[in-house]
Amino acid sequence: MNSMIYKNKKPLLVFLIPAFAFLIVFLYYPFFQNVANTFLKIGGLGRAAEGLNTPWYENYRRLFTDPYMHTALKNTLLLTLCTIVFQVGIALILALLVDTIRVGAQFFRTVYFFPIVISATALGLMFNLIFLYKGGMVNQLLLSLGKLPYDVKPSGKVLVQWLDWKDQAHFLFTMFMPVMWQYVGFYFVILVTGLNNISPDLFEAAALDGADGWKRTRYITLPLLRNVLCTCLVLSITGALKVFDLPWVMFGAGMPENQGWLTGTYMYDQTFNRMNVDYGSTIAVLIVVLGVVLSNVANRVFKPSEDL
Amino acid sequence: MQYKANKIPRVMTYLVLCFWALTTIYPFIWVLLNSFRKKGLILSDSFSIPIGDAFTWDNYRTAWQRADFKNAYLNSFLISGTVTVFVVVIAGLAAYGLVRYRFRGRSFLYSLIMAGMMFPVFSTIIPVFRLEVMLGIAGTGNRWLSLLAVILPQIAGNLCFAIIILMGFIQSVPIDLEESAYLDGCNVFQIYFYIIIPAAKSSFATVAIFAFLWSYNDLFTQSFFLRYPQERAITGLLNEISSQAGVNYGLMASSVVLVLIPVLIVYICLQKHIIKGLTAGAIKG
Repeated sequence: MNSMIYKNKKPLLVFLIPAFAFLIVFLYYPFFQNVANTFLKIGGLGRAAEGLNTPWYENYRRLFTDPYMHTALKNTLLLTLCTIVFQVGIALILALLVDTIRVGAQFFRTVYFFPIVISATALGLMFNLIFLYKGGMVNQLLLSLGKLPYDVKPSGKVLVQWLDWKDQAHFLFTMFMPVMWQYVGFYFVILVTGLNNISPDLFEAAALDGADGWKRTRYITLPLLRNVLCTCLVLSITGALKVFDLPWVMFGAGMPENQGWLTGTYMYDQTFNRMNVDYGSTIAVLIVVLGVVLSNVANRVFKPSEDL
Repeated sequence: MQYKANKIPRVMTYLVLCFWALTTIYPFIWVLLNSFRKKGLILSDSFSIPIGDAFTWDNYRTAWQRADFKNAYLNSFLISGTVTVFVVVIAGLAAYGLVRYRFRGRSFLYSLIMAGMMFPVFSTIIPVFRLEVMLGIAGTGNRWLSLLAVILPQIAGNLCFAIIILMGFIQSVPIDLEESAYLDGCNVFQIYFYIIIPAAKSSFATVAIFAFLWSYNDLFTQSFFLRYPQERAITGLLNEISSQAGVNYGLMASSVVLVLIPVLIVYICLQKHIIKGLTAGAIKG
């Protein structure tokens, strides 16, 4: 591609400078400033640093000893695992199924993708109504199916023992389910496009060799889909680590009883509600490091092979 | 294509697919129905269609009176519109430069952009806030400056994704077109405007749509810079209503619907571009 049009490099500056000027000022500089902030003592958002922390690695020491941070980390890693297994898993099953049909494929794509364009704030409010303690959608459904115990008082009043979807026993499900549900369509669409790129000749050849449906999926579709699956994996890992608004709208600060922290919500709470700006920055650094490490591990394990 | 068909019965396939479709559509229909339902009934009878006595406009009237939706819509469209225009223009130029030119440091710049996609907004927002306070943009109480304070980091936040998607598309534009235009006397800028942009139109549309939706939906940056009532954009307004509504569930439902309407319109009109453009870029990247 060494066309002579592009031998003169001067216009390149016009092409690149606006983008990189923006990125440097509003993305890269803040990012490194943020790393520097983790070693400083900063008492409030608008305030200047009061010098180095004592000792300078204090925030990192705290990161490893803070019990809420442990909870947040545990929940976030669990969420990451769940997103990999269920989000990508469900998306894969749906994509394989849609690939076998012709009527309605476009409809399913459109419908599955829809939740992704909705703001997490609106979704959070919606799920709050759905999982409402007294008379939410799920509880009403359970009641009408006769799954909730209730007493009828002599006065005719019905007392129902509602199920609290946000208590200690159920909050993980209530928190994770909407997050996973929202993004299934995203991976679905990516996987369907990957499936469409597989040449039908291969299936034809396999069928002539006597491979049935399941074997074709196992030995042709899945191996050829590996690169795309790997992309999905990395996207879902970095996505899960960044989750913030949905749990924040639904659970707020660490409900129930400080069991419900995620790294994202804990970082927000430390920075804006408790004004531990430097500690918040440290948590943000941890999120980035985790993202880099985990997506590298995923890339190693599912290493996209060059020969396909 | 008939060789692709698995042995799973067709009925089962459709059953599973329809089930998932139901989980994505039904919650929205449920909220829409309940936004027209009389207050007390939501807790006892939320599945029926609200007609006759159960029907009411009250929830929308309350929402419109209690919160300044008109102003919030205006703020949101100003922010998201500006972000969209700048992201498309700047990312388009950069993607073209990175795809077509061979120069030292090109792969370094490319990995910088990939890394930029990894930064969560949490990790940059505090220094950005301080920077903007120093520049006199944020925290002044001036409505227009506050909107600008949101716009700038949102542009930067959307750029990396936009550049990567656009690079995937520009790569697939055949270079012969550009060469013949060059022989006809076009310079690179003319080539960009008359050849590249028309050829990669659909991917520019995709990027524009996503920049708009993400900016419109982003609560985190908004809640940071927009502190005064007249500055509030639509997602922030929704968040505020949710904390004030208490047990007025009808009000919550109607506010959710009011926030969803513009998104729904954009999605239904443009869904072809959204899905097609996104996947082509994602696969290549």
